[in-house]
Amino acid sequence: MLYREAGDFKTSYSLDNQTFPLKLDRIVFYLTLAVAFLVVPLVINDYWASAILVPFLIYAIAAIGLNILTGYCGQVSLGTGGFMAVGAYACYKLMTAFPDVSILLHIVGAGFVTMVVCTVFGLPSLRIKGFYLAVATLAAQFFLVWLFNKVPWFYNNNASGQISAPERTVFGVPLTGPNTEAWAMYLVCLTFCVASAFIARNLTRGSLGRRWMAIRDMDIAAEIIGVNPLTAKLSAFALSGFFVGISGALFFSVYLGAAEVGESFGIDKSFLVLFMIIIGGLGSIFGCFAGAAFLVVLPVVLKFIGVDILGWAPDLVAHLRLVIVGGLIMFFLIKEPHGLAQLWRVMKEKLRLWPFPH
Amino acid sequence: MMNAVADTQASSVGYTTADGRDIGEVILDLRNITLRFGGVEAIKDISFDIQEGEIRAIIGPNGAGKSSMLNVISGFYVPQEGEVWFRGKPRPPLKPYQVAQQGIARTFQNIALFEGMSVLDNVMTGRLGKMRRGILAQALWVGPARKEEVHNREAVERIIDFLEIQAIRKTPVSRLPYGLKKRVELARALAAEPNLLLLDEPMAGMNVEEKEDMSRFILDVNDEFGTTIALIEHDMGVVMDLSDRVVVMDYGRKIGDGTPDVVRNDQVVIDAYLGVSHD
Repeated sequence: MLYREAGDFKTSYSLDNQTFPLKLDRIVFYLTLAVAFLVVPLVINDYWASAILVPFLIYAIAAIGLNILTGYCGQVSLGTGGFMAVGAYACYKLMTAFPDVSILLHIVGAGFVTMVVCTVFGLPSLRIKGFYLAVATLAAQFFLVWLFNKVPWFYNNNASGQISAPERTVFGVPLTGPNTEAWAMYLVCLTFCVASAFIARNLTRGSLGRRWMAIRDMDIAAEIIGVNPLTAKLSAFALSGFFVGISGALFFSVYLGAAEVGESFGIDKSFLVLFMIIIGGLGSIFGCFAGAAFLVVLPVVLKFIGVDILGWAPDLVAHLRLVIVGGLIMFFLIKEPHGLAQLWRVMKEKLRLWPFPH
Repeated sequence: MMNAVADTQASSVGYTTADGRDIGEVILDLRNITLRFGGVEAIKDISFDIQEGEIRAIIGPNGAGKSSMLNVISGFYVPQEGEVWFRGKPRPPLKPYQVAQQGIARTFQNIALFEGMSVLDNVMTGRLGKMRRGILAQALWVGPARKEEVHNREAVERIIDFLEIQAIRKTPVSRLPYGLKKRVELARALAAEPNLLLLDEPMAGMNVEEKEDMSRFILDVNDEFGTTIALIEHDMGVVMDLSDRVVVMDYGRKIGDGTPDVVRNDQVVIDAYLGVSHD
């Protein structure tokens, strides 16, 4: 019996507050981190980086952002794609306007720009809720995509209307541009992803997180115990925008290299990230990773099984993916709104008493 | 109306209760409150006060306007006429969260807990008004934010001990039975260390044992923390035993005000609400 809670006593409140209360969980977590930072960069190749790991990490950041807003604060947003575009274009403008500043600062700066934009689009949430808010954020999605297409200033007046990332290096290693190597791409995304998860976890377990959850669960009661709904909702929009902006900046500059707004940051991106947090688990940081991993890996696995092994037509497999995701969304919304993260918790709870549940 | 004003002024000095507790000055003074919803007058020209340290009951038949009265006090409704005086000053129309910051906490008639959170987190939300660390400190979970969390956790644990809900600390609220939910809601209100605690039917739907527990807690809260309590309740036995002074409402009007003994023997109150015993 290796994995158990018995005998694991807490003697102070800060020990009781840990993210991983169980010793074994902590060990596994640190091991995973060590492998991710030290081993994976040595063995990673282009296929693994660009097909699975880098998109997984970037979507995980976007999912963390959306989960703060939707999972923790209860404000539905369909504007994630648009806000990612804000991050991407902000990053592009910063990269081209200040070529001497580090790209890492540009990415963080893009996060702050998106934070402001997202807060502005969060203002309607003070008046409207639920479906109506979803539609308002949907408007943000379409407006932002339209804006980036229409105003040439955003893509520096180039003829194609695309933005493409010039080469930028950190310590002599190219992070953007065609010469970027897989491990560099992976490491920078991993660093941002771990930092985002760390910050998001701390915010959600502290007083700010409780404010958000109070608003989510019952806004009237939240107000009566002293939560100002204005600051609680807008801070959720702001923090959400920050993370989504960073993911958009990474997606464009490090991963894609060149982007056309309607194609890369369209409405389907908004839904993809929303599906990630629904499948992964609303109101759980672990769920962001689970959902992102699931939806990034699913098409790869399906393609491998369907096309490479069974020899089906590629378009059939692509459609099959939509059917499976659609079915899963319905399943999770009806059966388990807290997603994979909750399934994992329930499983642990059941195993605690297994095989004698009574 | 003149009479009501005179009443308020007369009772604005402290008194000593039958069981020997000293009641202080007026903490909350409602003056000629009128509240309308469209053409319906829910509260008609009501004045009464709540004094520091006392347990004040508001009773009356259904639809008398008792809950509306609490909602006026806690800032949900803004009365069309009349003034709310808090600690000797007229209170401008405030938002509910601003009222909470002044030290007025409340519970609801139909429980308003945060169902998605654990008992501990629910009670911790009661401390939100006292947690002021900035976003940056919280994001990095550095010293001050961590210390603040632990400090408030200690305060919350004292209340959890006090209300005897240690065993369900980490249970999600949605899994608790009704009686315990009521107790958790009281814990959340107490966590804010209020000066004035408003309880909207704290014992509705409880059995005798649960009512006894709850009565004990209410008395203990008043006794140990010196919290002033205003409560709405339908169980007359409980009201008469617990409260120092009782306001009786009927159809939005105040029809009685005074100690339980005075109210119990008031003919108007008996006709409107208490009725006559058939023995």
